[in-house]
Amino acid sequence: MLIVLNGKETQIRDGMTLADFIRDKGLEPDRIVVEHNRQIPEKEDWGRVVLKERDRLEVLRFVGGG
Amino acid sequence: MDDRLVIGGRDITSRLFIGTGKFPANRMMPDVIKNSKAQVITVALRRVDFDSDEENMLNYIPKECILMPNTSGARNAEEAVRIAKLARAAGCGNFIKIEVISDNRYLLPDNRETIKATKILVKEGFVVLPYMNPDLMDAKRLRDAGAAAVMPLGAPIGTNKGLKTRELVKILIDEIDIPVIVDAGIGKPSHACEAMELGAAAVLVNTAIATAGDPVVMAAAFAKAVEAGRKAFLSGTGAVRDYAEASSPLTGFLGA
Repeated sequence: MLIVLNGKETQIRDGMTLADFIRDKGLEPDRIVVEHNRQIPEKEDWGRVVLKERDRLEVLRFVGGG
Repeated sequence: MDDRLVIGGRDITSRLFIGTGKFPANRMMPDVIKNSKAQVITVALRRVDFDSDEENMLNYIPKECILMPNTSGARNAEEAVRIAKLARAAGCGNFIKIEVISDNRYLLPDNRETIKATKILVKEGFVVLPYMNPDLMDAKRLRDAGAAAVMPLGAPIGTNKGLKTRELVKILIDEIDIPVIVDAGIGKPSHACEAMELGAAAVLVNTAIATAGDPVVMAAAFAKAVEAGRKAFLSGTGAVRDYAEASSPLTGFLGA
């Protein structure tokens, strides 16, 4: 199915949770932050957030800035 | 001398705040931070690029530092609030530097939107440090909205031009009872020292260190300049005169 990941349409497996997705991408959960359909789910709830068709996901991390 | 700077209930150990953008390599950050003695460190929040193997800035910032994410990229209050909430959700504390900019040439802050965002974020429990144009009435509005400090610009971001807004910043320092932190434009240690001599509570420096020939050594130079400027301010500088006043006694000269 298709989700919109950081503004780009992206194919993912059906039935994935947010936690599955982050793990598959090889990201460390404590180093990133996620916005799911404009909501910010708690990290401990990522395993209960099941991704659905056309969901909008923003995955962010800290970079250098002033 | 008891000279504390308390922001958001935290004792701030260094009056030099540093930004982490534009450094030649992330791996030099630990040495830069160590040499600068800075405790408050700014970072930005950006989308993960899934096509490249990139590093996370958090890996290079010691745990004991206070992280101050900025809301760069926000063009209005609503976007600043969204970024601030995301930054806090990352679990790195509740300090936030509000930065609302819609002018791409000079990157000047939008005070009106900044005040709006400050009101909202203070109510949400953030420690809000807004980047602003040095306008006295707006500084008062920010203070009244609950800002923990105001951060007027010295000159446009990244220009290294120094304290071009000196007279206006001085007015804020004299009239506002929350810390005034000079942010942006500081290009060399003497500029930082000048801001501190004027009575700024702290300075925030990024480009001047990041783009120096040797950022690690420049970080140490800034640490000394900020400390010197603060001590000079606390000591009270001597009067400026139009005519000379001899430093040596004008009596007891040798006879002819």
